[in-house]
Amino acid sequence: MPIPSPFHSRTAGLCESHEWRNWSGYLAAGVYEPTHECEYYAIRNSAALIDVSPLFKYEFHGPDAGRAANRIITRDAWSMTPGKVIYTPWCDDDGKVIDDGTLACLEADRYRFTAAEDNYAWFQDCCFGLDVEIRDVTENLAALAVQGPSSRRLLERVLTGVDLSALRYYHLAKATLDGLPLVISRTGYTGDLGYELWLSPEDAGQVWDRLMEAGQALGVLPAGILALDIARIEAGLVMLQVDYISARKALIEAQKSSPYEIGMGWAVKLEKGDFIGRKALQKEKQAGSRWALVGLEVDWTSIENVYGRYDLAPQIAGRASRLAVPVYQGNRHIGQATSHTFSPLLKGYIALATVETRYTKPNGPVQLEITVEYVRHTVYARIVALPFLNLARKRA
Amino acid sequence: MPEKFDAIIIGGGHNGLVNAAYLARAGKKVLVLERRPVVGGASVTEEIYPGFKFSVFSYVVSLLRPEIIRDLSLSKHGLTILPLESTLTPLLDGNYLYRDGDHYRTVRDIARFSRRDADAYEDYSHAMYFMAKAVKPVLNLVPPDPTSLDPAELNRLLRFTRPYLKLEPYQLHTLVRLMTMSSADFVERWFESEPLKGTLSASGIIGTFLGPRSPGTAYVLLHHYMGEIDGAFRAWGFAKGGTGGIAEAIARAARSFGAEVRTEAPVAKVIVKDGKASGIALENGAEIAADVIVSSLDPRRTFMDLLDPGYLPAELVKSLRRYTFRGSSGKVNLALDGLPELTCLPGSGRHLSGAISISPSVDYIERAYDEAKYGDFSHQPYIDIIIPSMIDPGMAPPGKHVMSCFVQYAPYNLRQVTWDEKREDFGDVVVETLSQYFTNLKDIILHRQVLTPLDMERMLGLSEGNIFQGELSLSQLFFLRPAAGHARYRTPVRSYYQCGSGTHPGGGISGASGRLAALEILKDWRGTR
Repeated sequence: MPIPSPFHSRTAGLCESHEWRNWSGYLAAGVYEPTHECEYYAIRNSAALIDVSPLFKYEFHGPDAGRAANRIITRDAWSMTPGKVIYTPWCDDDGKVIDDGTLACLEADRYRFTAAEDNYAWFQDCCFGLDVEIRDVTENLAALAVQGPSSRRLLERVLTGVDLSALRYYHLAKATLDGLPLVISRTGYTGDLGYELWLSPEDAGQVWDRLMEAGQALGVLPAGILALDIARIEAGLVMLQVDYISARKALIEAQKSSPYEIGMGWAVKLEKGDFIGRKALQKEKQAGSRWALVGLEVDWTSIENVYGRYDLAPQIAGRASRLAVPVYQGNRHIGQATSHTFSPLLKGYIALATVETRYTKPNGPVQLEITVEYVRHTVYARIVALPFLNLARKRA
Repeated sequence: MPEKFDAIIIGGGHNGLVNAAYLARAGKKVLVLERRPVVGGASVTEEIYPGFKFSVFSYVVSLLRPEIIRDLSLSKHGLTILPLESTLTPLLDGNYLYRDGDHYRTVRDIARFSRRDADAYEDYSHAMYFMAKAVKPVLNLVPPDPTSLDPAELNRLLRFTRPYLKLEPYQLHTLVRLMTMSSADFVERWFESEPLKGTLSASGIIGTFLGPRSPGTAYVLLHHYMGEIDGAFRAWGFAKGGTGGIAEAIARAARSFGAEVRTEAPVAKVIVKDGKASGIALENGAEIAADVIVSSLDPRRTFMDLLDPGYLPAELVKSLRRYTFRGSSGKVNLALDGLPELTCLPGSGRHLSGAISISPSVDYIERAYDEAKYGDFSHQPYIDIIIPSMIDPGMAPPGKHVMSCFVQYAPYNLRQVTWDEKREDFGDVVVETLSQYFTNLKDIILHRQVLTPLDMERMLGLSEGNIFQGELSLSQLFFLRPAAGHARYRTPVRSYYQCGSGTHPGGGISGASGRLAALEILKDWRGTR
């Protein structure tokens, strides 16, 4: 029985498809219109409003807030100044990833985490002995992502008290909308120019209405999880419990991953000093990791050929799939593609895959399993660097 | 011509019937002798009040071995296990804790009491998954003799311990804690909110004369956590038609293999000739011969009552005399004119189709134990309630209901008085306690059946009214159940076997003892021991 999010009074009427998802116990629109294509193109071509309120959100407050955050995450929280946001994983003692999310420095002694799963007890345990108060603010904070090339123009029309042209990538600022206070961060899960608004749940309806109204002339649409899923795969962004399993939930060791194995090695700052998992990660960095996250571009002709055997044109679902499929090199099983989709923009079939490190040579040919007419086949794919889509406007 | 069977099983409880079914399936000529007019033992459904069917004693199923369901085709013979998904802990202040299969709703509800507990709940479930996974294979193994150096024994010991060797070190540490700690201390490693701690730790006291703060109870908690239906972990269920439905399905399976089941046939003695059991004598004096005699009764009945203890080694007799029963629970079954109305969640709803646990805090249960320690029953007892008619409408006439209340503590030995004097007082206490949570209860009771440990002893032959045929404490489990050196279903008397809950693994409607015993008996028969 998922519960409504703060935007539900507005999204409910718009969700013509009635296709709701359970996102961390909240109702989340999978897709508003009967198909998700226009919603996807809103993200890439105009702007989309995406209700991301179900994200878990925690505030760290107190003299040791920065120290506490720094103890938890693999990136360096010390270098953060108020207004800075970072994207980071956090690990257990064995250097296996528990979750990933953003950490925002709101004030010198006040930080805010977002997370895909609940981390409250874990954070508390990690902060034992530190002078910091951890508060779960998930329900106190509505979150709305405004993503797409027109997002800045849209927000400039409605927000006051903030200069968006000066708000850099992964920074936040305070602003008001019709007198309602909110925090705006230049962050998102789409790899596009975009922002996220953090506001009081009571103001959610009014903020939504104002954005929809002002966005009409800009082609702004509400977008659901389906469109978001395609965008995040294009952007090479992993999803917890889809592309990797939380170390707190894994049933066997083999199900756990280090940051190096899920494409987040860049976010491990071993030199920053002690943090949870550091020793294990130091070791892994020296010894090398067993797995690596890679992008796969599937050879379209190869897909056509397999379907051609059945006298069929390729029937590829427009939706992203979260069903993992095996990846082979020759007869050897080398890993699995965990998220895959047809990219409407790149006009190709792409996948996020975890494969053994020794098979990650760029352009390396691999095969991906595909089921056609109930029979399993393989199609050719090549290993490419992530992200698939790297838009200049994301940072501009 | 006197009757002669390959095997006679004394007692038609679920273990006796499982044993009979396995022996009959192997082609043996089998006779089951049950003292009561109905089979099932403690796994029985009876129409105590016209139109109302009570699962008189045992009321839920969790551990029934999937192998038994498959081997005996129990589904074909009518076994249907309905889901029992939720647990509600009502509180006196009108609040409540509700947990069910909806993960996010459950953690939201826990978060109303402790935000921390909501997140820790996942860790706890995760830890218990591994514990259940490690301990569960042991339920299907004949216990080894850890004192023997015989290679076959060492191999058996290895098989017994192999699941533990596979655990990660931190999981092994959890297992050691589970085996040594009290259930309250164990759950307090994760949780801080009282209704959650109370309800979880209560699983650790069921059927034992121990409190939630008594060391050793954490293992019992796991025993209850291991429940499964058809191989799925951690699912409690309610058998259609009550727990008698299980016994009837097993009896049908046994008959389908050719076993004969006789009721109202109380056995007085096992006849021993030249150190070998050769038959039984019924209370009416008739004798029936058989090659093998199997007792599904508890260890005291099996060794001391049915047998002349003179046939047994003195050490065993000494050990069995110290085997603890100490029945500690009672049962109150109510026939209700309508649906009981909860103060905290008025009206009908899914929450009435699950378990309702009167366990507001660890202290509440520990205080209930305090009274029992000194020979009184608890005046504010722990009560585990289900309303079977909400799960299986066939249990009561339309619009009416039956309510099953497992009550602890009700010590077998009361100070100065007997249960015959106190039975109705005990029933009153239970109804009074329930009325603090159910507003209309007193007005809708049509009939009340109060069962004390003494009643269970008299009706079922369970010594001291222990529902597990002996406490499920570590000192009486595995190779020590019921006694060291006699944990493998055999007895010092040749051809005389034990297959009740008083043998490994024991406890709950699992059928494991009956099955393992049958497999050992068949081995002996083939001479491949």
